[in-house]
Amino acid sequence: MQDLAVLFRGSNLARLLGGLGVTLKLSLVSVALSVALGLVVGALMTLKNPVVRAFFRLWLETVRIVPQLVLLFLVYFGLAKAFNLQISGEAAAVAVFTFWGAGEMGDLVRGAITSIPVHQRESSAALGLTRGQCWRFVLLPQAARRLVPQAINLATRMIKTTSLVMLIGVVEVLKVGSQIIDAARYDAPQAAVWVYAAVFFLYFLACWPISLVAGRLEKRWS
Amino acid sequence: MSNQPILQVNHLSKNFDGNGVLKDVTFSLNEGEVIVVVGPSGCGKSTLLRCVNGLERPDSGEILLDGARIDDAADLVRVRRQVGMVFQSYDLFPHMDVLANLTLGPVKALKRPRAEVEAEAERALARVDLADKLHALPRQLSGGQKQRVALVRAMLMRPRLLLLDEITAALDPEMVREVLNVVLDLARDGMTMLIVTHEMRFAEAVADRVLFLEGGSVLESAPPKAFFHHPQTDRARRFLDTFEFDAVKQRVE
Amino acid sequence: MDLDFIQRFAPMYARAAGLTLRIGLIGIALSLAVGVLCCLARYFRVPGLRQLAAAYIELARNTPLLVQLFFLYFGLPKVGVKLSAEACAITGLTFLGGAYMAEALRSGLEAVDRTQAESGLCIGLTTLQNLRFVILPQALATAIPAIGANAVFLIKETSVFSAVALADLMYVAKDLIGMYYKTDEALLMLTAAYLVLLLPLSIAFSWIERRLRHAGFGGAV
Repeated sequence: MQDLAVLFRGSNLARLLGGLGVTLKLSLVSVALSVALGLVVGALMTLKNPVVRAFFRLWLETVRIVPQLVLLFLVYFGLAKAFNLQISGEAAAVAVFTFWGAGEMGDLVRGAITSIPVHQRESSAALGLTRGQCWRFVLLPQAARRLVPQAINLATRMIKTTSLVMLIGVVEVLKVGSQIIDAARYDAPQAAVWVYAAVFFLYFLACWPISLVAGRLEKRWS
Repeated sequence: MSNQPILQVNHLSKNFDGNGVLKDVTFSLNEGEVIVVVGPSGCGKSTLLRCVNGLERPDSGEILLDGARIDDAADLVRVRRQVGMVFQSYDLFPHMDVLANLTLGPVKALKRPRAEVEAEAERALARVDLADKLHALPRQLSGGQKQRVALVRAMLMRPRLLLLDEITAALDPEMVREVLNVVLDLARDGMTMLIVTHEMRFAEAVADRVLFLEGGSVLESAPPKAFFHHPQTDRARRFLDTFEFDAVKQRVE
Repeated sequence: MDLDFIQRFAPMYARAAGLTLRIGLIGIALSLAVGVLCCLARYFRVPGLRQLAAAYIELARNTPLLVQLFFLYFGLPKVGVKLSAEACAITGLTFLGGAYMAEALRSGLEAVDRTQAESGLCIGLTTLQNLRFVILPQALATAIPAIGANAVFLIKETSVFSAVALADLMYVAKDLIGMYYKTDEALLMLTAAYLVLLLPLSIAFSWIERRLRHAGFGGAV
């Protein structure tokens, strides 16, 4: 139990929570940027122009196929080398997560818009609604119901993926955990199991409520 | 063959959330007999059929098939192999072609040799004018064709008793006849059937006896001529009037 | 760009890609097995197991693989459970993937009409026969796009195994950057290797998905 106590020794718990704060801050910024960009990207994705379509297709396939960790390395190490541009790990993380998130979010937006049956548009036209009214009262509310739960799920994926940034030197919750374990190496050699379990549950506590909300909304709106 | 009925339903009751859907229903069905159950929607007709082959478990009362009481879940597989059922929504298996739909039950459930079942399936399909659809997929068929395949599928199990639950309700009018003709043929061949339908003319033509169900209770049980032309209860008269009105309306149009 | 360097270390990448692919495929197969078991426990409402499956799915879906991996690789040995890096990787991937596969299968099962199950029972099939011949084939067809996306996702996730000293693609790239400072070449080969691994898989699954959608339920499934 000596080893479990490491968690509560000194300011360790506060440091761990601080690390979680870094994790959440990075995710929040990336999610906000992704949603903002994703709405625009999604609208553009519905265009029929072949060049536009090919461009976004390529973007989407890239972020779907290349692992986020590889993207992080490309930006963090690759940019530094290629353009002699030294950016912080945090900046690299936000850039990569936004690049990834905007693509995914755009695809969700596109899916939500195109999922609305054509006859919805036709029947609102038949009711004499203008194009703007049709979007505002008929199409967007339906698209939003489909989009919001999926977007929330994307947010939890992003929070989880921020664990990778410790590998490019950002001090977030997992890194703080490792530091605590290192510091207690001699007097509490088994601390690792407790600290990593604690980090595990911190992530769970951060993501689970969000997943629950998404699940509930999905059920209610489907 | 004794005089024992194929199906005997005694004091059957079924509740959903405290609402009595079936109340003390009793009747029997003899070999070769066709009973048509009619009544307003929500009167418990479908629930009655679903109880007979165990898709719903009754709350009280008993159901006897060939004199044997259907008791527990273990009986149900045996019962269902002897009782065929066709639904309103056809429910062919969409991932199998017509032949595979037809042979699945006989081969897997009854363990009959595949070649024999396939030959029988081909003959049966020909009898309902679908010989050329042997390898079609369900989505390539019209509603009427699907429903005829569903009837053949049920018949290939060589059931003692066939349950038909509003099998024409989802069909376009011009397809109703092709399906009902198949059922009339079955009745002529002596198939024992319990049928729920909204087609009153068909009911009159096919039934040996009509059960009028309302609010979960059997209000009338009579030969078709008597029921359709001289209903005994007010409710039955009102129920039949709604169809008269439809007929009148059609004539006006 | 140093072509000699690329040529010299390409075989190393190929070996690492082999390891990535092997662990990925084993993980995917085990994930599917775990997913099927969880899904069946929930479908048949097995008391105890059903709640266990639900709890496991929530845990695995709401925590990062890297953290799961650190716990397995650095945490567990401290209490006497020692796993090799490879065993940790496979265990972690299966823990994560099983939950995702279970969810994919569940949505597939939910998409099968209740009346389909009833029709199967009505032609005298036993519960197991009904599952095997009627319900599962349809559920799987619906679930295939999600299963494919999960497969690609799981292979991508293997990139974090370098953090527990498994000599996968990411590890080789990091190694080369550290040793020779050939960042461009190392990263280029890294990206190329993942593209070679995942592009065919991704294309194959979207082809299958399009075919399924186009065919409704094709006889070829």
